[in-house]
Amino acid sequence: MITFSKQQLKIPQLQRPVYLVTAGQSKFDRAFPDKRTEELCIDAFTMASRLLDISPAELKRYIHSCYYGHFADHFGDQLLGESVIHDRLGLDPLGNVGVKTGGATGGSTLWEGMKAVASGYSDCVLVMGWERMDEVPTDEGNFLISCAADKDWESPLGHIYTGYYAVMAQRYWQIFGKSEDSFRRTLAEISVKHHGYARFNPYAQSPMKLTVDDVLNSPVVAYPLRALDCCLMSVGAACAILCDEDTATQLTKNSKNKPLRVYIAAGSHTLRPADRLDMAIPLLPNETAEQYKDLGERFPGGDRYPGFTGFLAARIAAYYGYGMAGITDPSEDLDLVELHDAFTISDVQTYEDVGIRPYGYGRDYVESGDCYHTNPHTGQPGKLPSNLSGGLIGCMHSVGATGIMQTFEVASHIWNRWDELHGDEKVWQQFNREKPSDWTSLQVQGARRGMAISHAGVGSHVTSTILMDPDHLIK
Amino acid sequence: MSMFGQAFVKENKYKLKGDFHHLTPNTPIRNADDGWKLLGITNPREMTYIHSYGGEAIFFESLSQGKLLATRCDNAGCDSKGTIYIPFRIHCPDCLGKNTVIDLTDEAKKSAKIHTFMVCERSGAFNILDKPIKFINIEFDGVATILMSYLSLGEPKFAMRVVPIFKTSGPTFTILDLSWVPEGTRKEDLPEGFSF
Ligand SMILES: [Zn+2]
Repeated sequence: MITFSKQQLKIPQLQRPVYLVTAGQSKFDRAFPDKRTEELCIDAFTMASRLLDISPAELKRYIHSCYYGHFADHFGDQLLGESVIHDRLGLDPLGNVGVKTGGATGGSTLWEGMKAVASGYSDCVLVMGWERMDEVPTDEGNFLISCAADKDWESPLGHIYTGYYAVMAQRYWQIFGKSEDSFRRTLAEISVKHHGYARFNPYAQSPMKLTVDDVLNSPVVAYPLRALDCCLMSVGAACAILCDEDTATQLTKNSKNKPLRVYIAAGSHTLRPADRLDMAIPLLPNETAEQYKDLGERFPGGDRYPGFTGFLAARIAAYYGYGMAGITDPSEDLDLVELHDAFTISDVQTYEDVGIRPYGYGRDYVESGDCYHTNPHTGQPGKLPSNLSGGLIGCMHSVGATGIMQTFEVASHIWNRWDELHGDEKVWQQFNREKPSDWTSLQVQGARRGMAISHAGVGSHVTSTILMDPDHLIK
Repeated sequence: MSMFGQAFVKENKYKLKGDFHHLTPNTPIRNADDGWKLLGITNPREMTYIHSYGGEAIFFESLSQGKLLATRCDNAGCDSKGTIYIPFRIHCPDCLGKNTVIDLTDEAKKSAKIHTFMVCERSGAFNILDKPIKFINIEFDGVATILMSYLSLGEPKFAMRVVPIFKTSGPTFTILDLSWVPEGTRKEDLPEGFSF
């Protein structure tokens, strides 16, 4: 049984408030045969300066240190890729550092940037993430991704990461989903939703108008997971600028962007699910120990925690993050979320880890319609819309950029700039993509607070990035 | 003709034989839609790594001898004393003392059960297992962890009793030398090279 000390459970403290003032992203796609990575990073940076109505050169004058998220050197086939990008952005001789935490790289890079500003080391930092996943074909890419499993104990077993998730999916589906077809259809609904929202996002790689049956009839990758249950393999870049209060005020004075308070926390858990030891469920503020006492009776086999069905790293990232931001109930305190939907099943698992639903009841977040922009049952706004960007399934999973893309998506709603950023005909044309005739605004009306979850491996690293309109702080 | 790269150790130094890389020419990538203009280049690279199993070497050697090893913390002062780990952990994750190596073969034969599983229709490059691959995660009585492996015969189910089999003939000295079959499987039905 694992237990935590009081010191380990301390709510993280920042020395001073940190603000996100702008962000940007490139087009996301499976391959860019005609662009180098630096071109994509410059696209993202230029967008970030444009949203502040200043030139890239002017924005650069404020930057004091840089944090680069780029997970897989072997994908991009370039060690010290951070140095290439830093030089091409013309940011020498500022200090910079590379951050690598698998799928959570984007979130972890933001985490590092936040700490630099909070500590006073820098007043303004660049956080930039990217991934180059088109230098190898898909089977070889799956091999490279499987290198993020334990190389002696797991990777040789198929060299396919989806498989390492599928055993978790199987366990969740049989224990908490009770092997019901209705649960399988709920998973499929997530894919329909995310590919569907991607249709309204010109940056997104995989817009598709699907039905639940399309997902259920897509090829099996690793049963019960099918091709349309899985995230994309992508190329692209995303960036954000974090500042202290004075710099944030200066940088946003001519812009529609309002500085947003940012709180970021991180958690971790074993690389191999095999090594997860049994423990009591660490509780979030909206939970009690009492409610989990009979979990094993309600869901036979569901009493081992986190077992193969929960992500302790996500739970701990939420615990720290909610404590920092004063969140007591994510469904009440937040207006939207972007979750790390690497697979439809892990999306459901995460609803529980971050306290949107209690353990065992994640499916209800989808089935109730709460996760939609517009609740399909009531026609009213969804209670807590998720993954309006399209997520990793519909928009992209350009690993080092993903957590930053999610954070940008959340910010665009709080800035009330979603329509402008996604609806502009010129962006669709520039990306050679056709704006659908039924394009619909997904702006969350009156959004004040949101969260992005960035997640690695089979739950090895998770970050929670919470953004708030400073006029609507909780504490 | 080239020869596979091979290594052995003498006086704690690697001694190498054969080729650890092979040369394949770069070829241009051109744009068929734009006058076959140059866009990039292929970068072939085939290379052999030299990897030490370190303190886990005994585990992989023992598979080829039909034994499944685990480790246990026996430090009297450790809160996790008595905890058994497989995958094998060289050091206790709690006190960081050196764990005791124990033989788990009999316990595995008596108590191994499928905790979860999946059937994988697709694999990544360099996979050498036959598809579909039946991944299984196995729990043992008295063991704190759940081992990932693969089922060679039968269809996996939750709580199904399985027994370990070992590639004692022509071992690969990788985790693939350990596999599982349903309890009651006959010796003559085992895959080639494997024994109980
Ligand atoms: Zn110990």
